Amino acid sequence: MLGVVRRLRDGLAKTRDGFARRIQQAVGRYDRIDEDLLEEIESILLQTDVGVETTLRIIDGLRDRAVDRRTRNPDDLMDLLREEMADILGDAPAPASDQRPRVIMIVGVNGSGKTTTAGKMAARYAGEGKKVLIAAADTFRAAAIDQLEVWARRAEADFIRHQHGSDPSAVVYDAMQAATARDADVVIIDTAGRLHTRDNLMEELKKIKRTTGKQMDGAPHEVLLVLDGTTGQNALSQARVFSEALGGLTGIALTKLDGTARGGIVFAIGVHLGIPVRFIGVGEGIEDLQEFDAPAFVDALFN
Amino acid sequence: MFEELTGRMEGIVRNLRGQGKLTEKNIDESLRQVRRALLEADVNFKVARTFIDTVKVKALGQGVLRNLSPGQQMVGIVHQELISLMGEEAVEVAIAESPPTIVMLAGLQGSGKTTATGKLAHHFLGAGHRPILAAADVYRPAAVKQLQVLGEQLEVPVVALGDSRSPLAICKVAVDRAGREDRDVVILDTAGRLHVDEEMMEELRGIRGAVHPHEILLVVDGMTGQDAVNVAEAFDQDLDIDGCILTKMDGDARGGAALSIRQITRKPIKFVGVGEKLDALEVFHPERMASRILGMGDVVSLVERAQAAIDVEEARKLETKLRKQTFDLEDFRSQLQQLGKMGSMQELVEMMPGVNKKALKGMDMDERALVRMDAILSSMTRHERARPVVINGSRRRRIARGSGTSVQEVNQLLKQYNMMQKMMKQLNRPGALEQLGQKMLPFR
Repeated sequence: MLGVVRRLRDGLAKTRDGFARRIQQAVGRYDRIDEDLLEEIESILLQTDVGVETTLRIIDGLRDRAVDRRTRNPDDLMDLLREEMADILGDAPAPASDQRPRVIMIVGVNGSGKTTTAGKMAARYAGEGKKVLIAAADTFRAAAIDQLEVWARRAEADFIRHQHGSDPSAVVYDAMQAATARDADVVIIDTAGRLHTRDNLMEELKKIKRTTGKQMDGAPHEVLLVLDGTTGQNALSQARVFSEALGGLTGIALTKLDGTARGGIVFAIGVHLGIPVRFIGVGEGIEDLQEFDAPAFVDALFN
Repeated sequence: MFEELTGRMEGIVRNLRGQGKLTEKNIDESLRQVRRALLEADVNFKVARTFIDTVKVKALGQGVLRNLSPGQQMVGIVHQELISLMGEEAVEVAIAESPPTIVMLAGLQGSGKTTATGKLAHHFLGAGHRPILAAADVYRPAAVKQLQVLGEQLEVPVVALGDSRSPLAICKVAVDRAGREDRDVVILDTAGRLHVDEEMMEELRGIRGAVHPHEILLVVDGMTGQDAVNVAEAFDQDLDIDGCILTKMDGDARGGAALSIRQITRKPIKFVGVGEKLDALEVFHPERMASRILGMGDVVSLVERAQAAIDVEEARKLETKLRKQTFDLEDFRSQLQQLGKMGSMQELVEMMPGVNKKALKGMDMDERALVRMDAILSSMTRHERARPVVINGSRRRRIARGSGTSVQEVNQLLKQYNMMQKMMKQLNRPGALEQLGQKMLPFR
């Protein structure tokens, strides 16, 4: 457990340096909480990709909290901000299901890290002693299948693939059949990256979802949107459109967090869409995909 | 692209309509909107602030212009500032005096380097060059394979020595082979990392020192948030880049990175990636982009695409036929085929001036329509295409069966053909073309 916390903190070190240090510096320059200080905090939040509306909301909340506590002491501000931001993220338990196999569909725009996330998730479940089957439903990108196969081998997971360019729904059909036959615990479906504005590609995604549903009632149990942690406000649009197309997302996997001094988009998504973050990727190693824990995340930002 | 920003700008013009002149108050109000729009488009916080300050000074300095409404005046100033922010002119990749021209691509993981390498090769092929590619991303699983597949599609050689050789060695071999095999452009696809780190920069500096690329282009994901400038700055400091390729610019609500990177590094955006296919790479034109932001459409790009796709000889023949009114279904078919070559319907419509992007959203462009029309035309006999009047009910049924469509669709196509013929007749009236030209001018 301690190791996990440490890795999270190390992974978020950059974010923290950008965020907490700058807040602290701002706080240090003031002897009381006033509008000027709040404006400085506002600008720091904006530079962390939190977004205009969410920033304003956090600042309003901060002001209210200061009034409630009857404090004008800048030293209290860090705590108030931490509370406010933790509240926005809330808690997000994994959707419960005791069905076997558990079917997880991974979606997202190009280059967000879907294939890598699929691989890491497979390793994670395999590490828990589960029998994992991976479906290579990204039949579009050149060599995506090979990339995923490398991950499948590392995770010692079963692997279902078709030819490059074949119908992804057919791959998923085969994977579902195989999962039942081989008594798999978890099926992870890696889909092709697509910009959410491409209606025909979103249709293809809906078809993949329908295919799993036809093979097994209740599937897919999870639809995870993979988001690049360095993405700006467009992440909101991605989350909204994917969610609408697929009848809701069960969660978000936020990747490349170790690479960015940002990650603030998580808060915007929390405020606007209420879609919980389920996983965060904080490193390139196979074990660097962690379950998202909102209080720990916020604490890691501040400590 | 830039749609949200465009929407905001249009709103500002609407708000200022009906007001007599620019005052400090309405300037401030408008600029608050502009600032918010810029931030929501992921323009860097500091860049947005500078931009707003500049626009404000300019707006205050302008007196009441008799012929312009305050809305037009404001848009004019913002437009001009956007252009100067993004660089006045398009900057292309310079071709070296003694070949091969070596272009090195760098960037973070997932920014789209490998795809950009393929697209750039396609771009150079189109300009009559003979590229060779170096697959120097040996770390990401299957990255080399991905480039090899792209190379096969383009029929361009790819230097891949497997995972065991260093990226540096691979790049050197590519440059050597270019000399031996008469290849005049070498494109190096290097490895990215999750973030800017010393190890990556070391490797990139090593490659730069060994092969001396003429051009180093940074590939940046167009959806990147506030971090875009940090990334660009880091690469620029270490490698002294010559410009950027902004990828994934065919989606919605973004592009702020374009403005910020340009402003902070002073290096030009050279290309934008606008789709998944290999031809979906456009030279970045600041002027046009500024117009697009302001909702003025992108007529120039549209015309250029048409020119690239349409065979001049063919067009001349068609024109004669139109004038003589001997335009038959055979000609209709070849016209459709040329239209298909220009790109997807969605893209073409989006470039039209005055087209409301919001209304387009969710509207399903039937990209398959052209394919079906072609099938219908191909299911006709040569005689039917030459003399469409003979196509009666039973022929229509046969054509529908043959093309896998319905009689209604066949009727639809014949109707479109008739309408076109009618339009042509009208165009043949003297002065008609000039009238049409005026109707197409945006913002008058």
